[in-house]
Amino acid sequence: MTQLSTAGDAAGTTVPFDEAITRYDPVIGLETHVELGTAAKMFCGCPTVFGAEPNAAVCPVCLGLPGSLPVINKAAIEYTIRIGLALNCSIATWCRFARKNYFYPDMPKNYQISQYDEPLCTDGWLDVEVGGTVVRVGIERVHLEEDTGKSLHVGGATGRIQGADYSLVDYNRAGIPLVEVVTKPIPGTGALAPVVARSYVSELRDLMRALGVSDVRMEQGSLRCDVNVSIAPAGSSQWGTRTETKNVNSLRSVERAVHSEIERQAAVLDGGGRVVQETRHFHEESGVTTPGRSKEEAQDYRYLPEPDLVPVAPPREWVDQIRAAQPELPAARRARLAAELGLPETDMVQLRNAGALELVAETVAAGAPAEQARNWWLSELSRVANASGTELAALPVTPAQVARIVALVESGKLTNKLARQVLDGVLAGEGSPDDVVAARGLAVVTDSGVLGAAVDAAIAENPDIAAKVRAGKVAAAGALVGSVMKATRGQADAASVRELILERLGQA
Amino acid sequence: MTTELITMTAAQMAEAVAAGEVSAVELAAAHLERISQTDVHVRAFLHVAAESAMAAAAAVDERRAAGQPLGPLAGVPLALKDVFTTADMPTTCGSKILAAWQPPYDATITRRLRAAGIVILGKTNMDEFAMGSSTENSAFGPSRNPWDLGRVPGGSSGGSAAAVAAYQAPLGIGTDTGGSIRQPGAVCGLVGVKPTYGGSSRYGLVAFASSLDTPGPLTRTVLDAALLHEAMSGHDPRDSTSLDAPVPPVVAAAKTADVAGLRVGVVAELGGEGYASGVLARFSETVDLLESLGAKVAEVSCPHFSYALPAYYLIAPSECSSNLARFDGMRYGLRIGDDGTASAEEVMSMTRAAGFGAEVKRRIMLGTYALSSGYYDAYYGKAQQVRTLIARDFAAAFEQVDVLVSPTTPTTAFRIGERVDDPMAMYLADLCTIPSNLAGNAAMSVPCGLAPEDGLPVGIQIMAPVLADDLMYRVAAAIEGALDQRRGHPLLAEATAVGTAADGGAEAGR
Repeated sequence: MTQLSTAGDAAGTTVPFDEAITRYDPVIGLETHVELGTAAKMFCGCPTVFGAEPNAAVCPVCLGLPGSLPVINKAAIEYTIRIGLALNCSIATWCRFARKNYFYPDMPKNYQISQYDEPLCTDGWLDVEVGGTVVRVGIERVHLEEDTGKSLHVGGATGRIQGADYSLVDYNRAGIPLVEVVTKPIPGTGALAPVVARSYVSELRDLMRALGVSDVRMEQGSLRCDVNVSIAPAGSSQWGTRTETKNVNSLRSVERAVHSEIERQAAVLDGGGRVVQETRHFHEESGVTTPGRSKEEAQDYRYLPEPDLVPVAPPREWVDQIRAAQPELPAARRARLAAELGLPETDMVQLRNAGALELVAETVAAGAPAEQARNWWLSELSRVANASGTELAALPVTPAQVARIVALVESGKLTNKLARQVLDGVLAGEGSPDDVVAARGLAVVTDSGVLGAAVDAAIAENPDIAAKVRAGKVAAAGALVGSVMKATRGQADAASVRELILERLGQA
Repeated sequence: MTTELITMTAAQMAEAVAAGEVSAVELAAAHLERISQTDVHVRAFLHVAAESAMAAAAAVDERRAAGQPLGPLAGVPLALKDVFTTADMPTTCGSKILAAWQPPYDATITRRLRAAGIVILGKTNMDEFAMGSSTENSAFGPSRNPWDLGRVPGGSSGGSAAAVAAYQAPLGIGTDTGGSIRQPGAVCGLVGVKPTYGGSSRYGLVAFASSLDTPGPLTRTVLDAALLHEAMSGHDPRDSTSLDAPVPPVVAAAKTADVAGLRVGVVAELGGEGYASGVLARFSETVDLLESLGAKVAEVSCPHFSYALPAYYLIAPSECSSNLARFDGMRYGLRIGDDGTASAEEVMSMTRAAGFGAEVKRRIMLGTYALSSGYYDAYYGKAQQVRTLIARDFAAAFEQVDVLVSPTTPTTAFRIGERVDDPMAMYLADLCTIPSNLAGNAAMSVPCGLAPEDGLPVGIQIMAPVLADDLMYRVAAAIEGALDQRRGHPLLAEATAVGTAADGGAEAGR
């Protein structure tokens, strides 16, 4: 049976997604790990810094040295309750940590302090927008655990521990509080399953950011996803056997992993095989999954209640205080901003996807019209961000500065072309928009004396063209406009220059 | 001079230091000399820290000379079980797997001892990772009972007990998971105290079974135990299971020694068949003594105590199988088979195979099995239910009486080698002490005479409710006072296997 079921893998055969989805119904589920942004680790006082020297942010507790004991970081409990409340969960009145036992070199104690059958938050939901419709994703549980160290396997082909010449372990990450959010199975999404998975993770990420509990940088591993997928013949009342694809670490990969796993499982079932319940690995380059541990070799984690900790019993008054202090959550904020900005739904989707919604809202709050704010962030600033490989929010320009540039254009002090130069100056660190205008001398030339002299000079230098214009060939004036613009180094308003030329040459 | 120095009680030594009659340096030197004369026979110490002990003693003398206040045990030497981390001494836990481990930090207990001016002479022998009742499970060989060098000093804190009984130190610290302070205390003729669980910090105590492990004193007198109890106890924010409550007034209780009107319950289930006749005789005499001192004695039934031993041998191994998982050769301690070809998993496996002794492996396997998927409810889960029932037995009993008493151990010290091939016989040594570990209440052993058949010490166990440690000290002090008066000298004066110091251990090995 095992050979049959993995035949699909060996041959690399898949059923094209569009076809697979006509004959099979997928059920997906997601387990998302989020590193919390508390100042200290879960069970000791070490800082939770990213990118420090290896093994610099460690102590006897997070190294699991003999004799050391964990003490719960209250902030981590509070952050988890914030998440649980935002996900509409029940908050436990009493719960315990548990030890999850397994041997691995990056586990300082060879057990992980986690939660097992008594999670801090249970039974909630999160609404996810997919193409204008709302999918309600059930949340099974939110629990708290400690992160492991980070292994670097040197040598060998796979970068995994098997076949490596040697491995290095950095325990800076060991003991950083990690929240695991587990969905209930999500059936009935059909062809949208990959997008629903992606949108869920995206919405969860926005939620974590809004709550201020994590910086949620997927590229730094502070949000990591395990994706569960099963398929069953369309209309079947029973669900299929699921696989768990580990460590899917970008939004795009979440979507691709679901996509490719549906294609693979369809081929297995089409070939008369049986899907094996197993852990699979996702490969970023190829977008496919390959088998990891199968259930036959699955670990028995031998959970037991953590005897080194006392139970956690969050007082109700404390939970109520946390609830009262919750910030506005992304869905509510989006609805409010959409109403306030008055932009069409398509713009809102575009702004969200670009990560520009907050920036536009702040630009508008600083006085810019919504339309202009949207244009600046989605065109010019998006181009700069793409070119430099940074996120919009990370650009060295503030929404207030963008609003000021918009105001300068609106008042006629800058042309659009000049405005882009001002923006370049701001991005280059030359100061505020007004500083850049002053320093670079970029204001539109409106002094009629200066402009008049430039126009007279252009006419004097181009007698042939001037004659043509005088003779009624108005289109020829363009060359004179160009000459004036050059003389004023582009700081004149071309339309005004044109009017002035036609006036001097008797064509106004 | 040396004899007088080492046979004093800890309280007397501290007074003498405070009064300037003797210096802490003289005390430390006298005890270090005693160790060098006798430890070749007793083998109580795994590591003697002569230099740091002399430095610590000198610091106390300097404080006194400078007129700075001294703690109640300042300048008194102590033998520390090798299961507490020490930043300036190795910490082996009696195991090959940690044979060369030098911790980078002090346990909370170690820190408190140093802060109190107590002079740590060194680290004492123990059953490997505190698993055993004789020190025969130490990877470094057994310690000997100063009453009879052919017998065990009990365990797992046998090294500390042997050191205190041999006058190598007036104070010892052990840990009690199933009886590992009280049982060696009983068989060496000492006072051994398991405080209320959470009363003394576990931070830096290398864990055997986290929910049971309790550090406590081993001393020659009840007052010395109380003084050390107060010096080492109190809330520790580094230990989540540490109780945030005042330390019970045990020193005052030890000085009170009054049992008039106190209700004393004799546990019906702890006695009878399987108990040595001399143990039962001394125990019942002592109960009569308490009655004569004004206590109201009654028999009390604790019906679930008979399930304590099997429940303990599921809970303790389960926790130990997890606690000892970290010893894998990856980060510290022994590493076997790292030849560049073996995988990390193979190195872990070879290291653990070579580094752990038979009893540790047996318990890791028992615990791994008990926690396995499909067996958890039947074993670990059921044992936890038994634990609750035992706690309820105590609660019901303490509604009728103030303290409970029983023999501390079913027999006196057994011969070295006698039980090594029979784990069940070894486990029975902790039959009477285990219930208090499961329930977390306070319990102690105090000497109550010698068994006529072998002339070896017998201990009576006194059990008190959680955080009522002072109550049992009152009873212990009353027993000690009455028996010493009747006898005319402390019981330990009759232990002559390594001499009472006057002969410098000349009789050793007789």
